[in-house]
Amino acid sequence: MELRPILSTLRRHKTAASLIVLEIALSCAIICNALFLISQRLESMAVVSGFDEAHLVRVQVGGIGTDDNAAALTQSDLAVLRGVPGVEAATVTNQIPFNNSSWNSGVNLARDQTHPNFSATTYMGDTSFIGAMGLTLSAGRNFNPDELVDWEELDKPNSTVQPHVVILSKAAADKLWPGENPIGKNIYSWGEEPHRVVGVVEHMTRPNQQGGPGAFGYSMLLPIKLPYTLGGNYVLRVDDPSQRQAVMDAAEKALMANANNRLMVEKTTFEQKRQEYFRDDRAMAWMLASVCIALLIVTALGIVGLASFWVQQRTRQIGVRRALGATKGQILRYFQTENFLLATLGIVIGMLLAYAINQMLMGRYELPRLPLPYLPIGAVVLWLLGQASVLGPARRAASVPPAVATRSV
Amino acid sequence: MFAYYFDLALRSFRRNKVLTALMVLAIALGIGASMTTLTVFHVLSGDPIPSKSSQLFAPQLDPQSMEGYTPGEEPDDQFTRYDAEQLLREARADRQVVMSGGGLAIQPERQGLSPFGVEARYASADFFPMFEIPMLHGNPWSKVQDDRRERVAVIAKVLAEKLYGATNAVGKSIRMDGHEFRVVGVMDEYRPTPKFYDMNSSRYGEVEQVYLPFSTSRDLDLGRNGSMNCWDAGDDVEDDPEGETGVNAPCTWLQYWVELDTPEKAEAYERYLVNYSEQQRAAGRFQRPVNVRLRNVMEWLEYRRAVPGDVRLQLWLAFGFLAVCLLNTVGLLLAKFLRRSGEMGVRRALGASRRAIFAQCLVEAGTVGLAGGLLGLGLAMLGLWAVRQQPVSYADLAHLDPVMLVATFVLAIAASVLAGLVPAWHACQVTPAVQLKSQ
Repeated sequence: MELRPILSTLRRHKTAASLIVLEIALSCAIICNALFLISQRLESMAVVSGFDEAHLVRVQVGGIGTDDNAAALTQSDLAVLRGVPGVEAATVTNQIPFNNSSWNSGVNLARDQTHPNFSATTYMGDTSFIGAMGLTLSAGRNFNPDELVDWEELDKPNSTVQPHVVILSKAAADKLWPGENPIGKNIYSWGEEPHRVVGVVEHMTRPNQQGGPGAFGYSMLLPIKLPYTLGGNYVLRVDDPSQRQAVMDAAEKALMANANNRLMVEKTTFEQKRQEYFRDDRAMAWMLASVCIALLIVTALGIVGLASFWVQQRTRQIGVRRALGATKGQILRYFQTENFLLATLGIVIGMLLAYAINQMLMGRYELPRLPLPYLPIGAVVLWLLGQASVLGPARRAASVPPAVATRSV
Repeated sequence: MFAYYFDLALRSFRRNKVLTALMVLAIALGIGASMTTLTVFHVLSGDPIPSKSSQLFAPQLDPQSMEGYTPGEEPDDQFTRYDAEQLLREARADRQVVMSGGGLAIQPERQGLSPFGVEARYASADFFPMFEIPMLHGNPWSKVQDDRRERVAVIAKVLAEKLYGATNAVGKSIRMDGHEFRVVGVMDEYRPTPKFYDMNSSRYGEVEQVYLPFSTSRDLDLGRNGSMNCWDAGDDVEDDPEGETGVNAPCTWLQYWVELDTPEKAEAYERYLVNYSEQQRAAGRFQRPVNVRLRNVMEWLEYRRAVPGDVRLQLWLAFGFLAVCLLNTVGLLLAKFLRRSGEMGVRRALGASRRAIFAQCLVEAGTVGLAGGLLGLGLAMLGLWAVRQQPVSYADLAHLDPVMLVATFVLAIAASVLAGLVPAWHACQVTPAVQLKSQ
């Protein structure tokens, strides 16, 4: 295919040609970044929590006024909850995943470190925590009963009581000691004494993205016997997920009957918590996707509009070419090649623009750099779009009869 | 002349229905998307207290230990109880308030109502005049009542109706967390957007329903809500018997605001904060180098990044989309005008100046914009309706106000006239002779 006539024609239609190029460039840049943002959202939504979400529910209670007998009542509550039909295990904790409130603490390798290695979230629980939550120990062991510390003792002013062991998430252990066995090593976090690592769990996600997406896996579990007053989170593991609502209702009744002056704060399944937590991300991903589609449609319409105009404008030339022996296929390919050239130029500019937009977003939203594979994806999409849009006008051009050349109009 | 051009534009639309519809649709889509996001942004980034946003300031001190110190870092956003109560006592500002969010259980006396939890705010007396809280009945408590740690409460209208029905709640007693309080005032509807004085919880949601003196809340050790940051004060420091909320606890958890009526007073107050920090350093309580801030409401909102990042992102995205729609319109207008080169040639030959052709083209472009704006307004209404269906705390605020309504049309017409400039310039370059010859 001879490119020269196409180029010289385009030179005579600079404005219209540059409009198409600009439109394609802008669409390409926005679509590349939007696709990247969508994938980021999907990635964060797919985070593995490590908790057995399908079987877990949270029943949150509160008391009225201060409860001096909270520790004993908590143990009695747990016994009652374990007796509720359908409950496989029950535990009490200070926080649950996919929630906006969280406990965080600095993790140090030495006692007098001035800057912690990182901040990790702090789950507190007794020996039932790992089993009830469905967490997987990838190394080491669970807490022993004699390692547990009472929250009341720990929380007293000038108390020297503190937990001496800790279970870390694999992400936290790998960050502290890359490639080493963490079991038996010490960290410093709560109090003056070290915590010895006795176990590592595969995944135990933070309640929320405090500290950025990179820190989502940094967490620790301290062996603490909690009163329900610290968050009021009773977590139940049900044997049959379809019975979750019924179990929660039965658990509420049992808890309300077990003490006076109680308030039910919230009853939710872990799946609902996850659903709610990522609601904004899901909405944003949908919005980005619809903008991409709208952009493609608008760009396609623009190409169709200008290409039709060109075909109409050049009807005579096309007729002359046909009369001089050009085939319908050659006319068709002429317009297709022309569009391909414009699209290519647009895509090249668009990629530079995409990188510029990405740089701006990186500065404002702590986004990572746009991975290179997004650029060819954007390019292919726009090439296909261009070819599809130009097909109609090009075929109309190809069907121009040679006789047009002989007419004076 | 304008009316004539307008008439010509309408005629041209009738001749070329598909092309015109495409242009109107493209502008409408772009305008609809940008106005939806712009309205949400406008609502969320507005001034929550326009009458005195430049007189209300959030001071910041840096009371933390050297552990984790990074030079140049922002000081803590919140106050320790020691600093807050000290500054409150010294009262160097025109008004000052210390406060914290809290959670309480209400035990209603009314038949058929079981106990329920509410969000509360524990604040010192200046809270009400400082933030211009509207009162429906009664009055807020006074500083004297603050000092006496009286068990008084101001409650929101909705709560008063729930607890006492249509009767005036002032003077009634209300039982919360096992303690008896007297209702001294009922607050009218109040919805600062955002809730600038405490951005820890639901910043665009409803405000708290119960207000108590801060001193009383500490007296009764009522439960607090919000964010708390504690650090290790050192081995030689005794723990506070009250725990993390104690006067001497090394924890920041309180919001502190001051009202300073003139810029001179604000400058003086900043010097006072520096002096205070230096005194505390000399006493050994503060360890870090002096690091204070004094931001007014709008600066504070900017610093706390009040507007959600996603909302900003949507705004950028919508304007990018509008840009593509406009480029599209430029192309289509160009095609439309050049297709009518013959007609333009005749008009030129009959004596129309280039300027007249240019004006005619711009009127046509503006008319497309007007139609696009009308349709875009519909789309923006639809978009805002969709936002209101979202489960976000600002959903119920997403309404088009008159300013944004006018802005829609200004944006649509300005955008389309802008889009018409290049095509109009091309159209008026038409040489009459060539066009007449080819007819």
